[in-house]
Amino acid sequence: MNSSLIDYTLHLADNALILAQRNAEWCGHGPILEQDIAITNISLDLLGQARNFYQYAAQLMGGDTDEDKLAYLRTEREFKNCLLVEQPNADWGQTILRQFFFSTYQYLLYEKLEHHKDEQISAIAVKSLKEVTYHLRWSSEWVIRLGDGTEESHQRMLKAIDELWRYTGELFIPADYEKECGFDMQPLKDEWMKKATAVFEEATLPVPQKVFMQTGGKTGVHTEHLGYILTELQYLQRTYPNATW
Amino acid sequence: MFNLFIKKNYYGDIPEDNAGGSTAASSSDTKHEWPLWEIFIRSKQGLDHKHVGSLHAADAAMAIENARDVYTRRQEGISIWVVESKYIHATNPEEAESLYDPANDKVYRYPTFYDLPDEVGHM
Repeated sequence: MNSSLIDYTLHLADNALILAQRNAEWCGHGPILEQDIAITNISLDLLGQARNFYQYAAQLMGGDTDEDKLAYLRTEREFKNCLLVEQPNADWGQTILRQFFFSTYQYLLYEKLEHHKDEQISAIAVKSLKEVTYHLRWSSEWVIRLGDGTEESHQRMLKAIDELWRYTGELFIPADYEKECGFDMQPLKDEWMKKATAVFEEATLPVPQKVFMQTGGKTGVHTEHLGYILTELQYLQRTYPNATW
Repeated sequence: MFNLFIKKNYYGDIPEDNAGGSTAASSSDTKHEWPLWEIFIRSKQGLDHKHVGSLHAADAAMAIENARDVYTRRQEGISIWVVESKYIHATNPEEAESLYDPANDKVYRYPTFYDLPDEVGHM
């Protein structure tokens, strides 16, 4: 089968799965009840998207591959998620900022994918866009509240920008499989910058200039964090292979 | 005999032991506490928004999003109203006798004493 399409589908799935896993770490630890529910809802939305993409990838790969094998039995270098989604939760501000960066990207991406020539991918994009619209709205408002909030929240957001900005470039640098199955990322990047700048302005946050962008995630070269994330995610299946309940 | 006192009660300040809904925060904390909002949801088949509960939020936009996250997860509704609790004025349960009991024996107020002609059908 078309290996680029498989890689592209896995990339979309991995992005959603790893961020879902990160957001799920907040379960029971949210700063306030309603936000605990909000972030775990977002995590579940992303997990649903991941499952859709994994199921499709498994179908493309054939054999006895299924979504579980793809999620639980691949190792770090086989994962194609971008570096942004594996960054730590740190504090609420950094989680919010990560979500905002990623959801803006996902929103623009899925809008484009709705017209993808592959029917399955476009179908998944249509369904997921509704969820992502809400993620974008929720996270933008929080960026504004925290940025233009108290002195402390503003400082924490500045720190979060310092931490995460260097991972935003990778979103728009296409891997080879993206060049084959995706589309021109430059207009997407321009839109993303416009949106991020507008929200940052309202949030009284500065847009960083001239930051070197980290890359590698899309081709399997990840930060150290992914190892820990996968350990937690895959522990059960690896310790008790084929366990079900 | 006649205990005439005019006491204006807002929902938010009916004392905790009588009404609940208030948090354990002492009055010195209230300036750091987010306001409480009452949430009303209209279901798909419904005509009216029903009260489903309350939550804390910093402002109306957050209240609506929180309500969406907390109270519409299982397709409970398609429309959300949020009202800050302090704007809801409610009757004091202690006044229930004088407010509601007098209607008990006034059956003439019901529209059941008219003979409807058949042509009107079911009203």
